[in-house]
Amino acid sequence: MEKTIDLTLKVWRQRDRKAKGQFETYNVKGISTDSSFLEMLDVLNEQLINEGKEPVVFDHDCREGICGMCSLYINGHPHGPDSAITTCQLHMRKFKNGDTITIEPWRSAGFPVIRDLMVDRTAYDQIIAAGGYTSINVGGAQDANAVLIPKTDADEAMDAASCIGCGACVAACKNGSAMLFVSAKVSQLALLPQGRVEAARRARAMVAKMDELGFGNCTNTGACAAECPKSVSLSNIARLNREFIKAKLQD
Amino acid sequence: MSKLDSKIPAGPLAEKWTNYKATQKLVNPANKRRLDVIVVGTGLAGGAAAATLGELGFNVINFCIQDSPRRAHSIAAQGGINAAKNYQNDGDSVYRLFYDTIKGGDYRAREANVYRLAEVSNNIIDQCVAQGVPFAREYGGLLDNRSFGGAQVSRTFYAKGQTGQQLLLGAYSSLMRQVNKGKVDLRTRYEMLDVVIVDGRARGVIMRNLVTGGIERFAAHAVVIATGGYGNVFFLSTNAMASNGSAAVQCYRKGAYFANPAYAQIHPTCIPVHGEFQSKLTLMSESLRNDGRIWVPKKKEDAEAIRAGKLKPTQIKEEDRDYYLERRYPAFGNLVPRDVASRAAKERCDAGYGVGTGLAVYLDFSDAIKRLGRDAVEARYGNLFQMYEKIVDDNPYETPMMIYPASHYTMGGIWVDYELQTTIPGLFAIGEANFSDHGANRLGASALMQGLADGYFVLPYTIQNYLSDQIQVPRFSTDLPEFAEAEKAVKSRIDRLMAIKGKQSVDSLHKKLGRIMSDYVGMGRNKAGLEKALVEIDKIKKEFYSDLRIPGEAYALNVELEKALRLEDFIEIGKLMAIDALHREESCGGHFREEHQTEEGEAKRNDEQFMYVGCWEYKGEDQKPELHKEELNYEFIKVQQRNYKQ
Amino acid sequence: MWLTNSSIGRKVVMSVSGLFLVLFLTFHMCMNLALVFSPEAYNAICGFLGARWYTLALTAVLAAGFVVHIIFAFWLTLQNRKARGTDRYAVNVRPQGVEWSSQNMLVLGIIVILFLIIHMAQFWFKMQLNELANVCPDVNPHDGSYLVISEFKNWWMVALYLVWFVALWFHLTHGFWSALHTIGFNNNTWFNRWKVIGNVFATIICLGFAFVAVALYVQYGVLGWEVPQMAH
Repeated sequence: MEKTIDLTLKVWRQRDRKAKGQFETYNVKGISTDSSFLEMLDVLNEQLINEGKEPVVFDHDCREGICGMCSLYINGHPHGPDSAITTCQLHMRKFKNGDTITIEPWRSAGFPVIRDLMVDRTAYDQIIAAGGYTSINVGGAQDANAVLIPKTDADEAMDAASCIGCGACVAACKNGSAMLFVSAKVSQLALLPQGRVEAARRARAMVAKMDELGFGNCTNTGACAAECPKSVSLSNIARLNREFIKAKLQD
Repeated sequence: MSKLDSKIPAGPLAEKWTNYKATQKLVNPANKRRLDVIVVGTGLAGGAAAATLGELGFNVINFCIQDSPRRAHSIAAQGGINAAKNYQNDGDSVYRLFYDTIKGGDYRAREANVYRLAEVSNNIIDQCVAQGVPFAREYGGLLDNRSFGGAQVSRTFYAKGQTGQQLLLGAYSSLMRQVNKGKVDLRTRYEMLDVVIVDGRARGVIMRNLVTGGIERFAAHAVVIATGGYGNVFFLSTNAMASNGSAAVQCYRKGAYFANPAYAQIHPTCIPVHGEFQSKLTLMSESLRNDGRIWVPKKKEDAEAIRAGKLKPTQIKEEDRDYYLERRYPAFGNLVPRDVASRAAKERCDAGYGVGTGLAVYLDFSDAIKRLGRDAVEARYGNLFQMYEKIVDDNPYETPMMIYPASHYTMGGIWVDYELQTTIPGLFAIGEANFSDHGANRLGASALMQGLADGYFVLPYTIQNYLSDQIQVPRFSTDLPEFAEAEKAVKSRIDRLMAIKGKQSVDSLHKKLGRIMSDYVGMGRNKAGLEKALVEIDKIKKEFYSDLRIPGEAYALNVELEKALRLEDFIEIGKLMAIDALHREESCGGHFREEHQTEEGEAKRNDEQFMYVGCWEYKGEDQKPELHKEELNYEFIKVQQRNYKQ
Repeated sequence: MWLTNSSIGRKVVMSVSGLFLVLFLTFHMCMNLALVFSPEAYNAICGFLGARWYTLALTAVLAAGFVVHIIFAFWLTLQNRKARGTDRYAVNVRPQGVEWSSQNMLVLGIIVILFLIIHMAQFWFKMQLNELANVCPDVNPHDGSYLVISEFKNWWMVALYLVWFVALWFHLTHGFWSALHTIGFNNNTWFNRWKVIGNVFATIICLGFAFVAVALYVQYGVLGWEVPQMAH
């Protein structure tokens, strides 16, 4: 019943941030089409270790599509050719026997390569640190049901909040823009009364940090939303623009 | 025995925590600035604790194994978080949540801790809503609830199928706010390799920088371990790839007692194993059991035909289906606690009624779709169904899902007292890393509750009781000989592994360990099997030290070395689990000894002999650990045989 | 100033200047339509505009709009290229649902500018500038219809302009909704509506221009009508 395929892999190998990287070509055989893409890379690594070579370094953790750790630019798509999933949920049945697969790291000035396919995404943390929160301390909260929130607002906030911070939006964007990521957080909190209080301050601070970190300018190509594993909507970017412009006009 | 002082405050159950808070020692704001706390881990417990300690004014150093605190494996919890809000007016209360948790834990948890957990559960929901966590709401704008296993009320708050993610992102945002304020020094891609003890107190940690491979020293007035559980000892589990029990083992080796290691939870609703390359198992939320019905064919020949691919599940007539949970447990039906559901699935499959590869049962939504309509089912579980379809390539709206139990959570962990302090002064353990609140089995939607309770509302109080007499202690230098020694030990450990230069990869050895663990220390355990497991684990240990291969350099980025260090500790934990399971001659919760079951195959506890927390003290490499017992005294509830039938 | 030192600010400048240019194009297209039906009417409009103070002021504003739009386009693109990092992807696929034009706005813009330069040399230089500074003494700056028709009699000139209109169409289809998106005037409901409105609008403008060019060619190039000329 189990179907297996043989593949040629072109994998980006880069020693560290400053080193020059290049593609290496590997062959893997007998990959079960039921296995995930990362399991296929596990097989490759096992093979490399057995040959006494250093395995390919890539980020991964939960392997169920929620932690946002896995990345990989596969055949021209962040998280591979399937839609609305992360690399760890990409299964080998999406590929054909004999295919050549090109695997690259996220390429963006904001995400420097650490080793091979592993990149540094701490810029995202810095953007959140700039304002992606409600400024409340533990202990001061009122009863959870004290403020009514329309279901539609809560649902829309949830859709924005489903961002996993993987960086696919930046990786997909020809401008290396982080607007979808920033707008998802700004939207989530702007839609909820709890976050509304400091919406202007948040939009200002997060955009300023995003710009400071060298992410590009959004030109609304929509590649980010098209490649987002959680289908975060482009309309969040319009909301961020609105929040930001409003904030600046108030200054 | 003096070390095992659980420090439970006096007084009636409902007043213990209030009394504790009223009489505990606090640290004034000026002094908080002079005190440093290390928090290892950034999940719900660690992230919440680091953020809250920062808010209070302590200087926090917070370590994260991933590239960002937002990735901790708390994020993967799908179903929800329990709280005793009684918003649904269905008779819930703090007492009932407490009672359900104690009962769900098969009367192996500490009453006072669990009551406190139930008490603060409501504050958690308030806190999270204030953070902007987008919990599901009803059209009227109020919070929605769903029901979960082991309870007869709807007390579970949820955010689609991503509750863990949303709660973690809430804690993460609070944490990043403190990072921005300079109160928390966040270090990502760091892994703990040892805890440093100075004059009998925990005063620092030795960390490996996973990017540079460098070994670094950090000092503080107290150390908090929030590194999660050790479920990956089974190799295949629902845990994340980096989830490990190493920090707990390091504490154990340095003298902290390890409690109830045998209590491991096997989650009933996971996607079954498909092949040998499989790296992890994917959990399907327990909330699916709200509307899904679990069954296997009634007739063995049907099951065989299905396995051979000759029959489809939809071709099995209603009367030929065995809804075994509804049959065996009429009162709770498909919503029995996890351990019960898991064992029942194993029992059916062992008896030859399994489907798929033989190790799977059906979770069927056709009734729910008929009753509620496809749209309503999609609104509730759409993302889970989509995930299932992506993995299995089967449409769960049309054919029933296949599920099988998998290692998921470990109730055991570092022993802590009521203050969440371990047997080493100044060393605290919170969240899944400690053993405290779930007894022998954890109820669904309670892990999130416990992690956040410890992080937001318990540790920030109790740690002050310890720190209050540390205000005169100046900052420690990491040049102390204790640090140098610990670093030397870590380096020699690394050098030892790098020098083996054998043939087998870490994963191949880990798989072998995992197979032994699931065969002998898994869902069903017996004396002979456990004894065999101990022998086999020792064999693997020998193989590990003689035939391990780690390519690359010791003091540079080296993923294989990271995994090897973790596996070394998993071997220790595996042994400890087997030892604990062997000594506990009873069945309770996640620990099922085949020798101890009722005629109907239910777990049979032995309260007279085993109503205690089994705490293990490290006695040196290859020495048998020493058992210490913390007796459990149930003052406030009547201990009963767990019954989910009526 | 946030309009220059923040990414969204710079994009707002692009959007507002772009929308302003769209307005200009709309006016220009309407004015051109007159030429097909009555060269005299067209000349009357030209005469009304000419080199009067208000036209010159408007021209200055328009020029500023162009300059700002162009400078910001290059500025943003340079920043974006820098943000992309040093290594490029070896394999790059345009994701489903992403318009080609949206990823090639600068290229389309450059095509538009190049034609714009030719266009200015053909007409503005000989009309408004000529009227002001008498740069082409042998051309009557007030006889717009003659100038235009003389050019569009040639099939290759018409073809050249049609290429321009196609580039312009692509530029506008993305530019229009994108501008509204950037100034925050969008949401899930209006997302597709704006795209449709933008496409319709861009099509009307470009078809209008193309109609004039083709009609003039048919009238004077194919049917051989006599080109009306104003007395010098």
